[in-house]
Amino acid sequence: MSMAESSPAIRLTDIYKSFGPVQANRGASLEVAAGEIHALVGENGAGKSTLMRVLSGMYAPDSGRMEVFGRDVTGWRTAEAIDAGVGMVHQHFMLVPTLTVAENVMLGRELTKNGQLDRERAEREVAELSRATGLAVRADRTVADLSVGEAQRVEILKTLYRGARILILDEPTAVLSPPEIDELWQVLRQVRARGETIVLITHKLDEVMEISDTITVMRNGRTVARLRTAETRPAEIAKAMVGRDVQLAMHYIDEVRGADTAARTHLPPSAPLLEVRDLLVEDARRLTAVNGVSFSVAPGEILGIAGVEGNGQTELLEALAGLRDVRGGRIAIASRDITRLTVKARGDAGLSHIPEDRHARGLILDYSVAENLILGQQHRFTRGVRIDQERIHENARRQIAAYDIRPVDPQLPARALSGGNQQKIVIAREMGRAFQVLLAAQPTRGVDVGAIEFIHARLRDARDAGKAILLVSADLAEILALSDRIAVMYGGRLVTVLPRAEASEEVLGPYMTGAATEHAA
Amino acid sequence: MTTPATENPPAPAAIAPPVNPASRLAALEEAILPVVVALLVAAIVGDVLILSFGQNPGTVYRLLFEGTWGNAYGFGQVLYKTTTLTFTGLAVAVGLRAGLFNIGAESQLAAGGFAAALVGLILPPGLPALVTLPVYLVAAAIGGGLVGGVPGVLKARFGAHEVITTIMLNFIVLALLNYLTAAHLKVEASLHTEEIHAGGLPRLSSYIAAFHGSAANVVLFIALLAVVLTWWFLFRTRRGFELRATGLQPAAAEYGGVDVRSVWWRAMVLSGALAGIGGLNFVLGYKHYYEDAFATGAGFLGIAVAIVGRNNPIGVLLAAFVFATISQGGLAVNAVVPKQMVDVLQAVVIIAVAASVPEVRRMLRKGDR
Repeated sequence: MSMAESSPAIRLTDIYKSFGPVQANRGASLEVAAGEIHALVGENGAGKSTLMRVLSGMYAPDSGRMEVFGRDVTGWRTAEAIDAGVGMVHQHFMLVPTLTVAENVMLGRELTKNGQLDRERAEREVAELSRATGLAVRADRTVADLSVGEAQRVEILKTLYRGARILILDEPTAVLSPPEIDELWQVLRQVRARGETIVLITHKLDEVMEISDTITVMRNGRTVARLRTAETRPAEIAKAMVGRDVQLAMHYIDEVRGADTAARTHLPPSAPLLEVRDLLVEDARRLTAVNGVSFSVAPGEILGIAGVEGNGQTELLEALAGLRDVRGGRIAIASRDITRLTVKARGDAGLSHIPEDRHARGLILDYSVAENLILGQQHRFTRGVRIDQERIHENARRQIAAYDIRPVDPQLPARALSGGNQQKIVIAREMGRAFQVLLAAQPTRGVDVGAIEFIHARLRDARDAGKAILLVSADLAEILALSDRIAVMYGGRLVTVLPRAEASEEVLGPYMTGAATEHAA
Repeated sequence: MTTPATENPPAPAAIAPPVNPASRLAALEEAILPVVVALLVAAIVGDVLILSFGQNPGTVYRLLFEGTWGNAYGFGQVLYKTTTLTFTGLAVAVGLRAGLFNIGAESQLAAGGFAAALVGLILPPGLPALVTLPVYLVAAAIGGGLVGGVPGVLKARFGAHEVITTIMLNFIVLALLNYLTAAHLKVEASLHTEEIHAGGLPRLSSYIAAFHGSAANVVLFIALLAVVLTWWFLFRTRRGFELRATGLQPAAAEYGGVDVRSVWWRAMVLSGALAGIGGLNFVLGYKHYYEDAFATGAGFLGIAVAIVGRNNPIGVLLAAFVFATISQGGLAVNAVVPKQMVDVLQAVVIIAVAASVPEVRRMLRKGDR
């Protein structure tokens, strides 16, 4: 046996894991040296998260071998993994909002003095760890009051506090603004400098290039490439992820780096299709979430709304779609006031809506693909009071072929499809019918590179066909890649509206964090 | 959760077979297997119980069989009980399909029976059943539908939780019916109304002599019709599509243009109406009068029937038949083992199914919503 120091921190060999008929991992391998930042990349559904859940003890592998610091740990359980210093920071935070930072960090390992919680000591220890790692966050603050970036730091702090020497981060930048992402990279470098090992699950290639030392690429549950970041290029990684050359994906990555854009520079001079005036909307707690927003979208135009999530985008979209009451203001489609119309009437007036959360709103997961392809249009697929099965089926066949939804089985429940194909159902339904205005919210969230390419092409086609598109995305690169004009939403207001040519990550970043303000005309 | 992309998916040209027979079979197996296992578990627990009473399980099960399916009278009683349970099971199932847990089938059943009896006492005696039946159906549906509709409207208008309101309404409605019967309608020295002479519904024994003495009556055929119509409504109409969507994912239904609040109250009215029509079985098919507390738990058992029947109307019919058999079987074996043993068996079936059925687990998880 080799000495522990010379063994890699992680060595997973030939891991197989299936869930019923679904093979998530089929011969996946991963080797990560101690003290490096390793990027685990692949399309959605490639098996990255499953492999990491196997490593952190949440799932036992069907077969294969797992070693951590040279020790055989095949099929260990979560508690053993935590004891051995393997900690996972999940995409969805697992914090108790009403407790303080220190209380959250010690949760599960509470410090006590004479049978009572020793808050002082917990706060002291958390503050020390916070200083040592550069994870700046005040130990006595309540988690509910923290920003998303701060909450994520608490998650990392919690994992380190429990003695993690291997830190697994699942898509950590999905919820962060550009400056927060930069801060996260600083923190990770500092953690690496302490000698800890980091595995970063991501499918954003610019992040991979920026932060990682080494890369493992997964496709279809298998490991297909192992690369050194310094010796590779994004094109090579993308090719390994998808298994072919990706034209548009590369174009997309170039844009991230500020290269030229495909957006139009001149707009057709015509009356706006979507017009919003002084919109006031309240959130579930009756606080003002959208505070006097006005904008318009012309035919053949994509207006992008950038911004960190939670700045009123959700409420704005719901108000436009008819899912949330409006307290003040006016919404019009092609000069027709729709402010008080129902969801169904808005659809009939020419509004299509790709909702931001396809699992909660966009799909009924237990309904078949065919049924989901008519959701919202069910009144058009009837014969008397009956649902017209034949036409539903005919519609499904057409849409499945046109939008390349796989597997090709209209009777399969939507739940059984991968994220990218689920999103294609939503896209097919909303864009495969007559509409004038499209609300596209996070249209490519959790979708693989190939499907992103496809969805972006459909959005551009619709724009070129004279539709008005409102694009809301937390992914700044996507906003920059598609929009003709870009607005930034912060604190319930549109703080700036810029033509695409004047916008860049550097220009928009300060608006997104509220550092710069300038009210839109 | 990650789901791997399919390898080498079929070309779009190969769309032809719309239904994947393997997945259909798997779905059927998934629907039926927990119930079969639950019944087996119940049978084993039954064995143990019978042995603990010093009896031979073979003897007891033979008695149970002979007393239920083994002779026409017993079978008639099973069919009679199946009828009521089918209606209350359908009522609960329709509610659950809309995402509503209707615990009020007991009082909706009673109110339906009461409303039909009131109408029956007013109608001129001697009218043929063909004329009175539609009137009775409407009356029972209105009685049950009103009692079901109140929690539905409270939910839609104020967000009041239907579990609380239906439970509370059970007390209120049953007490009210008790008062009306006892104070105004009863025949001396009883708790039932005068006999109804307007178009009583014929028993099965008037067609098949062997059923003589059993309470099975033509309401059974109304129950079968209700099963078919409920299935058709849920799975073939737009309203049914929207109702099920609301039950599965209210936010997605709302996004899909469904008026979720109106689905809620409509579903509760329908649920109550189905339970209410069940009241005809006792009032017009069997006794020809309304008797206080005639429901005797059939409404509550409807919850178990719906869950064991997986909220599918055809499943509900089968489950109602199973529970009716167990219930009638309890009387048949009473001579050798206490009839409470049958209650235990019922409970075992319910617990075993509840532990294995996904809908129930989802319902329990939703508890904190």
